[in-house]
Amino acid sequence: MSSFQGTKMNPSKFHKSQIKFLLFLIPLAVFMALPIVFIFFHAFKPIDELFAYPPRFFVDKPTLQNFTDLFTKTNDTGVPMSRFLFNSVVITIIVVFLTVVISTMAGYALSKKNFKMKKAIFEINTLALMFVPAAVAIPRYLLIEKLHLINTFTVHILPLLAMPIGLFLVKQFIDQIPDELLEAARLDGASDFKIFTKIIVPLVKPAIATIAILSFQLVWNSIESSSLYVNDETLKTFSFYMSTLTSQVTGNNVAGQGLAAAASLIMFVPNLIIFIILQSQVMNTMAHSGIK
Amino acid sequence: MRNKKRDHSHWIFLSPYIIFFTTFIIIPVAAAICLSFTYFNAIEKPTFIGLSNYVGLITQDEVFMQKVLPNTLTFALIVGPGGYILSFILAWALAQIPSKMRTVLALIIYSPSMTAGVAMAVVWTIIFSGDETGYLNSILITLGVLLEPVQWLQSPEYLMKIMIFVTLWGSMGVGFLAMLSGVLNINTEIYEAGYIDGINNRFQEIIYITIPSMKPQMLFGAVMAVVGTFQAGAIGVALSGANPTPQNAGQLMVNHLEDYGFIRYEMGYAAAISVVLLIVVYAFSKVAWRLFGEKD
Repeated sequence: MSSFQGTKMNPSKFHKSQIKFLLFLIPLAVFMALPIVFIFFHAFKPIDELFAYPPRFFVDKPTLQNFTDLFTKTNDTGVPMSRFLFNSVVITIIVVFLTVVISTMAGYALSKKNFKMKKAIFEINTLALMFVPAAVAIPRYLLIEKLHLINTFTVHILPLLAMPIGLFLVKQFIDQIPDELLEAARLDGASDFKIFTKIIVPLVKPAIATIAILSFQLVWNSIESSSLYVNDETLKTFSFYMSTLTSQVTGNNVAGQGLAAAASLIMFVPNLIIFIILQSQVMNTMAHSGIK
Repeated sequence: MRNKKRDHSHWIFLSPYIIFFTTFIIIPVAAAICLSFTYFNAIEKPTFIGLSNYVGLITQDEVFMQKVLPNTLTFALIVGPGGYILSFILAWALAQIPSKMRTVLALIIYSPSMTAGVAMAVVWTIIFSGDETGYLNSILITLGVLLEPVQWLQSPEYLMKIMIFVTLWGSMGVGFLAMLSGVLNINTEIYEAGYIDGINNRFQEIIYITIPSMKPQMLFGAVMAVVGTFQAGAIGVALSGANPTPQNAGQLMVNHLEDYGFIRYEMGYAAAISVVLLIVVYAFSKVAWRLFGEKD
């Protein structure tokens, strides 16, 4: 179709007609990346460059001083930073794993089983996509108190396990698997559990990767549980610790900036790496993300 | 088939999800509704006071009516549709460049949303820092635009604008990715057919082909935009370092709610704010549903 003059979506080669898009996209992307590049440089600046006037964007003599300071620093009550990082890593691993298992199981039931409440449950879940956890922070707090979860390790984990968007995406994805495939397996004598682990799970890997990323971002960045439900300093998370560093910066405490920047970088980099590794799976899942 | 009627296996698969979903989403929402009709200070038992909380919210809470509500609406109406339209335009433009370049650019555009704003607050507090070592102040003074440093984050005049800017910066999230894959998955033959049927420019093409062909993704993106917008309350407090924000300039409903709930311990009143917030989110999503939902 060489005569076709309209939009060429998903082009395979570069053509000069694409320059206008690049002229728009590249400056914008550079602009959006600036703050992230900035935090990267800032984290490696020695103290005299943090204080420098006029402030400089690039780092001149990079140093790991901020990171070593961060790792050897303890907070006001004497809890070392490494403790917070350890808590965060353990919590994140548990939450991501359980969220994936729970959502995929529920997605399988909602997609491939026939029962009365099926449609209603999925519709409630779609409605819950609009749920804003911050709106019900108070009843949540009272509930967590009633369940005796205040000041426990599990309070970081349990409230995050039901993720409506995760169930939504995985259910849409399982819908693509033909029923005949499951029927054939059933005729060969495969149990429900076998079907789930041997057919469903391998086929929905992209959706699983997507839930894993979304749940990772949620739990890794979450400060809600540490600030509201936990008083015991040794049980708090890295993201919470990092948010306390940020509020110190607000008071124009320049020395704290290097530490805060280093902590931000530690917060940000895992997000980025995981997304880069799994991005093609995510895009594959997003193709089925539409709400009908 | 084996007798389907006694097959309860679906409950085995569903029950873990349903248990957590009910406990941490359904019950809190129900409890918020119940508490909103009571006076509750977290020490004594709640006492039923009917609609007083709502009446008080509308008629007596000056901060709510004069600051919080207008702030929330301004913020939501700019960040919501703004971020959404920007997401769509970016997705549409990205779909028209080759795959390798697209992946890199999409990654850069998506990355600010990964840290959910608050973790990145440190960058913004440094950039908008109030003395002359703040980056923005330094640049503007060098350029001669400013004569002396501005307290960006403490000034009621600028705080809201900065909040909107920062939130827009981080709003190319899941909805953006959904729209990108939506644009990419439209069958190219539809475009060719459209041109034969008399479409003759890019704008008509977007209105008559692109958007109608990806309605489900548009709706998903819209719901994500609404939720993201109302969830973004923490940003004002993170930037200014105080709740309430200076002169309530950046006070959004989420902050007002936390102020009453966790600082003043007026839980019943805070619950009424929760309910209003949930209704507002629902109403905004309904508008999206009207626009992009499939008509039955």
